[in-house]
Amino acid sequence: MKLFGSRITFVAAIGVLIVLACAGGAVFAPWIAPYDPNLPMGGRWDPPSPEHWLGLDQIGRDMFSRILYGGRISIGLALLATSLAFVVGIIAGFAGAVFGGWIDIALSRIADIILSIPILMSALIIISGFGTSTTVLVLTIGFLYAVLVFRVARAVAMNIAVLDYVEVARLRGEGLMWVILREILPNALPPLAAEFGLRFCFAFLFVAALSFLGLGVQPPEADWGSMVKESALAIPAGIAAPLYPAAAIALMTIGVNLVVDWLLSIYSRPQGENA
Amino acid sequence: MLKLLGQRLVLGFLTLLVVSVLIFAVTEWLPGDLAVNILGQSATPENVAAIRAELGLDRPAHERYVEWLRDAAQGDLGTSLANKRPVVDVIGPRLWNTLFLAVYAAIIAVPLSVFLGILAAIYRNSIYDKVVNVSTLAAISMPEFFIGYLLILYLAVQFRWFPAIATFKPEQSFTQHLYSTFLPMLTLVLVVIAHMMRMTRTSVLAVMASPYIEMALLKGLPKSRIVVRHALPNALAPIINVIALNLAYLIVGVVVVESVFTYNGLGRLMVDAVSKRDVPVVQACGLIFAIVFIGLNLIADVLSILSNPRLRHPR
Repeated sequence: MKLFGSRITFVAAIGVLIVLACAGGAVFAPWIAPYDPNLPMGGRWDPPSPEHWLGLDQIGRDMFSRILYGGRISIGLALLATSLAFVVGIIAGFAGAVFGGWIDIALSRIADIILSIPILMSALIIISGFGTSTTVLVLTIGFLYAVLVFRVARAVAMNIAVLDYVEVARLRGEGLMWVILREILPNALPPLAAEFGLRFCFAFLFVAALSFLGLGVQPPEADWGSMVKESALAIPAGIAAPLYPAAAIALMTIGVNLVVDWLLSIYSRPQGENA
Repeated sequence: MLKLLGQRLVLGFLTLLVVSVLIFAVTEWLPGDLAVNILGQSATPENVAAIRAELGLDRPAHERYVEWLRDAAQGDLGTSLANKRPVVDVIGPRLWNTLFLAVYAAIIAVPLSVFLGILAAIYRNSIYDKVVNVSTLAAISMPEFFIGYLLILYLAVQFRWFPAIATFKPEQSFTQHLYSTFLPMLTLVLVVIAHMMRMTRTSVLAVMASPYIEMALLKGLPKSRIVVRHALPNALAPIINVIALNLAYLIVGVVVVESVFTYNGLGRLMVDAVSKRDVPVVQACGLIFAIVFIGLNLIADVLSILSNPRLRHPR
């Protein structure tokens, strides 16, 4: 089977399947979920049974149904934040690469400063200033990751902007927007696609971590991270309840990572960067 | 070389200064009326006035910033809004706990991951290398709380080998300290090792692709000797950076792990302060973490300059 013009490997195919399963479960949750995710229907932390595949949560709601619905919030928020990061990051990165000069220097310095402390710290500080809400969560992650995307987009656009065909287009008298949209963007897309997958992974884990800390998605809404937090008390009692949403997070991330790893090997971008 | 080192030092200091401005701006100035924000629904006019007076909010922001920075430089980080204690007293023991856990994990993780990473580079494309690749990728993909709760469920609850909650009592002996913090340490080691091994392997392999290594190969030197004597010294600078990055993670990024094990570290203090909007504590934690992070990066920079013969002996 081929994807993006290259033969897909066995491992990458498994990744695609995992991602499709997780995303499908989230999208079709209302049709797949066996029970109402908000309806208590049994004892606290009842163990898994044929009726309730993953048991019940801390107030007796069906864990499997809650995970399906929670996936909508987890995956949705991560997608939203990543998309925001890409729109802002690519615009800024291309602007820096194409205009150069003081615009480029100013943008790069701002990026250096913001990245001089860990992103989780920046996020905590921003949230302490603006409070905990889903909007703040998405904007914070989107803004902080935009800085990382900016660096990648700028580097990619820099490499393309000096190529002959871009020069030709400029000499031909094409406008700036034409050069950016028709010459640079199409050739920057493959590496940016791999970057999108990678960034989505980190945004996804980031949303989960902040929700787990109680600073992300707030009740009554529940994503996978906050579900882990809410059922954490089951662990000392020897009950695996919080491990199910946590495993869902791990599964989804592994799936995306397998696909990204394969994309990276195609475009042979240097590996090892993981912020 | 001294000039280069001096430049780095000044740059690090400037960065810290700008970061302190940002921390202050984001926590006190940007969000609007801080007093109302802190109080939330209990914002009666009297309460608001009280908080204003306490934080000195009636004065302009730049004056408050300069004062805050001056006090912080003298070791006075203000008073916590939540329990009215000096922030320094609240933070002190927490910082010590966090450093203890970080050093504990680093002593085990750093040598092990560099060794295993080099091994993976030597036996590239072998079964060992492939197993390492897939398992470290899986470890990176797992959220820390998944690994943490998994360890608690099996090693603490089912087998009762280690305590699930990492408590710290003053009367404990050093070995008891090590024992009671074993599970958080193990969680951190598992997370960090995966990153460090992958990066060590990548940077050794990058050096292995250079012509002088091929020359050594053609001379018939054994592969282990080539990696250790020829490739490793040149791969050292990137490896040092990797180690610094992960040490910084161990001190700064452990928030989630501390929460899983209800460990009284600085990270958990900061999360509590963020949810309670205890602004002075948030600012102090942010500042300390920024110092640690920027400082570690600076040390890594200096070490990689020192480990590079071309920079050590300028022409």
